[in-house]
Amino acid sequence: MRVTKRAKGAAFIEGDMTPMIDMTFQLIAFFMVLINFSEADQNQRIRLPSSELAKPPDAPVVSPITLQLTTAGTVITGVDEVPLAGVKPLLTREKQLLEATPDTDFTQATIIIRADRDAKTGRVQELIRACQEVGFVNFALRAKQEQSNW
Amino acid sequence: MRVRNVNKSGDKIELQMTPMIDIVFQLLVFFIMTFKIVAPEGDFSIKMPLASQSTGPPPVDLPPVTVRLRAAANGELSTIQFGQAALGRDFGLLREQIRQMIGDQAGPGGSDMEVELDCDYNLNYQYVIGAVTAVSGYITPDGHLAKLIEKIKFAPPRPEP
Repeated sequence: MRVTKRAKGAAFIEGDMTPMIDMTFQLIAFFMVLINFSEADQNQRIRLPSSELAKPPDAPVVSPITLQLTTAGTVITGVDEVPLAGVKPLLTREKQLLEATPDTDFTQATIIIRADRDAKTGRVQELIRACQEVGFVNFALRAKQEQSNW
Repeated sequence: MRVRNVNKSGDKIELQMTPMIDIVFQLLVFFIMTFKIVAPEGDFSIKMPLASQSTGPPPVDLPPVTVRLRAAANGELSTIQFGQAALGRDFGLLREQIRQMIGDQAGPGGSDMEVELDCDYNLNYQYVIGAVTAVSGYITPDGHLAKLIEKIKFAPPRPEP
């Protein structure tokens, strides 16, 4: 059905666009404030365990390297998904990159472990051990900030 | 400064709103499509050098307190053992035991003690985070974080069953 905008007297009736534009700008501002571009290191397959004490870090993590451990035992880092045994070559490459970067001490780098809540603890420990063998010593076990029901 | 939209001849100049509205709606659609509610995440920082890398004299600190987490065949938590005490599956009890041990009744504060988590291979990782939460602190009734033990390490991994 076509809405006729002309009245019988042929005068052009304009709708008032101002409220709609106001609302639209407010919606845009809302979404702009809440948009999160830092999801590159968050894989939807990983369901993090929750903890009431898990607080976002006060300061940005130094040289973070995020390793995501799935329930199947594979490790996702960036766009690569490798079996647990294939992590060490990746970490060695990361270490070489950090060593080649001026003013960067690779021993200060932090390995952020995002393991699935149902991943086997033994595999998490194997992942930590692989990192230790390459030379990394700082780890951050990541958890979802939530009220715990323990 | 007021922008007059009347020219010298007195005719009303109408601004073209259509392109702006087009762009605004495109922006709105973009933000709606990319919007995702993500729960905030936090970290438990642990410093764990490889045991064989330690040099110098052995540490003179107290030996670490061991928390043993046993798993059922399906990966669920079976029992928590703190020293000789079996605590069932209650991380609240573990926290109480830790509080009694370090004696934080005088006031919450971090302890220099160290906790070693000894977990079964197939234990679900969520229980490790539960144990880390229980030993590292608690939220006081007024909403503040009271730290208990911040030095946490893992015992050597147990063999896969």
